[in-house]
Amino acid sequence: MENLNSYLIVSAVLFSIGTIGVLTRKNAIVIFMCIELMLNAVNLTFVAFSRYLGNLDGQIFVFFIMTVAAAEAAVGLALIIAFFNNKDSIDVTDVNLMKW
Amino acid sequence: MFDKVWLIPLFPLIGFLINGLFGKKIKNEAIIGAIGTLMIFLSFLVSCGILMQMIGLPAEQRVFEKVLFPWIHSGNFKADMAFLVDPLSVIMIMVVTGVGSLIHLYSIGYMHGEEGFYRFFAYLNLFCMSMLLLVLGSNMLVMFIGWEGVGLCSYLLIGYYFHKKSAGDAAKKAFVMNRVGDFGFLIGLFTLYWWFGSNHNIWTINFVEIKAASHLLPYSGVVTVATLCFFVGATGKSAQIPLFTWLPDAMEGPTPVSALIHAATMVTAGVYMIGRMSFVFVKSPETMMVIAVVGAATAIFAATIGTAQNDIKRVLAYSTVSQLGYMFLAMGVGAFSAGIFHLMTHAFFKACLFLGSGSVIHSMHHALHKIHSNDDAQDMRNMGGLRKAMPITFLTFLVSTIAISGIPGFSGFFSKDEILWQSFSNPYHGNLNILLWVIGALAACLTAFYMFRLVFMTFFGECRINPKAKSYLHESPLVITIPLMVLGALAAVGGYLGMPKLMGMLPNYFEHWLEPVFELANEYGSTYAYHGAHPSHALEWGLMGLSVVIALVGIGIAFTMYVKNTELPGKFVATFPTLHRAVYNKWYVDEIYDYLFVNPCKALGQFLWKGFDVLVIDGVVNGVANVVMGFSGIFRYMQSGYIFNYALSMALGVVVMLSYYLFK
Amino acid sequence: METIFFLIITLVAIISAILVVTCKNPINSALSLIMTFFCLATYYVMLDAPFMAAVQVMVYAGAIMVLMVFTIMLLNIRVDASKKHSHKLIIGSIMGFFTLLDLGYVIVKSRAALPTGPFSGDMIKQLGHTELIGREIFTSFLLPFEITSILLLTAIVGAVILAKKKI
Repeated sequence: MENLNSYLIVSAVLFSIGTIGVLTRKNAIVIFMCIELMLNAVNLTFVAFSRYLGNLDGQIFVFFIMTVAAAEAAVGLALIIAFFNNKDSIDVTDVNLMKW
Repeated sequence: MFDKVWLIPLFPLIGFLINGLFGKKIKNEAIIGAIGTLMIFLSFLVSCGILMQMIGLPAEQRVFEKVLFPWIHSGNFKADMAFLVDPLSVIMIMVVTGVGSLIHLYSIGYMHGEEGFYRFFAYLNLFCMSMLLLVLGSNMLVMFIGWEGVGLCSYLLIGYYFHKKSAGDAAKKAFVMNRVGDFGFLIGLFTLYWWFGSNHNIWTINFVEIKAASHLLPYSGVVTVATLCFFVGATGKSAQIPLFTWLPDAMEGPTPVSALIHAATMVTAGVYMIGRMSFVFVKSPETMMVIAVVGAATAIFAATIGTAQNDIKRVLAYSTVSQLGYMFLAMGVGAFSAGIFHLMTHAFFKACLFLGSGSVIHSMHHALHKIHSNDDAQDMRNMGGLRKAMPITFLTFLVSTIAISGIPGFSGFFSKDEILWQSFSNPYHGNLNILLWVIGALAACLTAFYMFRLVFMTFFGECRINPKAKSYLHESPLVITIPLMVLGALAAVGGYLGMPKLMGMLPNYFEHWLEPVFELANEYGSTYAYHGAHPSHALEWGLMGLSVVIALVGIGIAFTMYVKNTELPGKFVATFPTLHRAVYNKWYVDEIYDYLFVNPCKALGQFLWKGFDVLVIDGVVNGVANVVMGFSGIFRYMQSGYIFNYALSMALGVVVMLSYYLFK
Repeated sequence: METIFFLIITLVAIISAILVVTCKNPINSALSLIMTFFCLATYYVMLDAPFMAAVQVMVYAGAIMVLMVFTIMLLNIRVDASKKHSHKLIIGSIMGFFTLLDLGYVIVKSRAALPTGPFSGDMIKQLGHTELIGREIFTSFLLPFEITSILLLTAIVGAVILAKKKI
């Protein structure tokens, strides 16, 4: 049984790695996976706090986050496929129409 | 009954809303006309009820103020939507709704088949509502709404045939000239309000309250300024020198409009306004003199122009200007009830004259249309001998002409003679009185002359219309002739309400009726009036006889020139070509105004457009746009369109803000 | 013993997380991510939340990641070859480092007040984690729970619409 801080630090490290991934990678699916990583880092924080505060609300939150992640995966992957059908690529550098 | 006064302007408003909103859908002319006429007739009935009740009351109880709802209450300033019922406003609503009903009825026949029939009736109802607001308003602001409303309706109705450029121009001219007058009205209102408020802490624009406080007003001084400003407003609305040129041009509108707005009601608003505030005006001898002089000058000036016009409606228009001059002359010499009396009789006979001319034009237009002739249906040179074809129109027209010329026994004689006598005998203007009387008498002579010239050229002599069209001339339908007959009868007998005391057959009901309204004004006036020997009855009889003789002379000249010896006018023109040209061209007043005001304004407008607007305003606007464009040229490179750049800046923002809060 | 186990798990989790970001082949990234998920499930078990661990494995590792791998294979994406945006790597790393710095600072400096709620570890072990979670969801959180079903429905509809040939 470790103390709260160790879990939080692990969570922070995972979150930062996820951030770096989102900012540096060009492959849309990898960016997507990095976002999942960040979400999971937050989930870990929730569960750790829930346990140490003796309150299950945090775990319920994790449950909802998973729901959102599932929905996101469904829609996000559909978007990626649609994009791939149009551009024959999933490189985010090809998504550059949103400018002057 | 008094507290039902708000119904009077409400009915025309309902008529306006129905015809204005749904008239296009209704299409049926009979229904539209019936709604418009019925609404104003209902107002007339309510007005009659109020009049009846007022007759039954003693003189002290005849003032009633109906507050409909509080309108503007802000600090010291207080204006309610309120109506004032007193003998003066009752006369006005009787004239407006009575004459208005007849003219609405007439319009059903006259406007038959016109495009935008519903529009005409909607405007006419709106006009009636505004006019009733004007005369019923118990404070200057409600009056001002009516004042502006009638101006707007006048604009709309003059420009009724808006596809004609001349009609549009005339409408604009009327509106702009009225604006000049309205400006004066507002300045006068502000001056009075400010003076009462700052000197006596009476912040009011209510007529009753001003009347109660009017003893505080000084003679001359600030009152002269305020009343002169009000008078400017009156000259604009009532077409007096210098703002009279719009009224003849306003004849571009349909004839019922000319009869209702530009003869019977709206143009008398200035006279009414002076009557309503007589207790203020009379406090300034200077203003009284200005009003009298302007009135007399307008009366003679417009009368001279009227003698040389050939358009039947224009003659009547100048006649209206001239008669309005009479009313102002009456106001200026302190004969307020005589002025209002002339306003009423003038409403009868002038409305009848205009409607009669409308009937003639209607018939002429129809006949000329049948033979596809392009001759002008309003030009008297194309008419002549119409009395056989149109007997009813002729008779009513003749009665009204006799009335306006001042032949004893008809309404115009009583009112006009009263004004002439008062201008001679009033105690205010000293030696100026004789001049005022002479001008008034000359104008009466000219009036008789040009009115009978009009009658002779139109109804007597050879028929000068295209012979082929002659057989198509016919009397107008009943819906047109009934109002003519009613108005003709009123023009004949309406004067007996205000018979001079001198004749002694009937008491002067009219003056007696208005006495409580003008009592205070006469009291103020008597403090500086000239107290000399009272002119004798013999003199009054003599002057009355003289004015009748003058009128007969005018008629005689017209008869000689246009019936007996028809070459005379041509010879006259040949003898005095310059004079004729000047009169025919209205003394070149329009040209002078163009030169003095219109062209400088246009030049200024050109300068402001080309110089100020294009260079400065557009320069500033475009300059701002250019600066923005320059900066955006730099900053737009921030918008790369790549998602990771946006994500990066978002993350950067989060990190920086978080760091700021953590490490500060 | 438990500390050593925790350290091992942490090491695996962080290494696999780094692999997610660095692997050129998306398939490898996906497998590394599954590894990380398993580590997180282990943490949940250590935190007396076995139900969450089960859901983590089933939903994330089982459903979502299968969908991703399936997509990757369907699109037949080749290795991320080009390295055009090298400066982006540096900036991104700096950003990540500062994020970590901020979070670490918060964790080190702050102290949670720890008001102990009703659910202690013993109680969870006694009653069973699943039952407690179930009670919470179907009593206090019933409405949000129902709303999540609408969210999922919307996502399904959205995915179907997007998957149509013409958008």
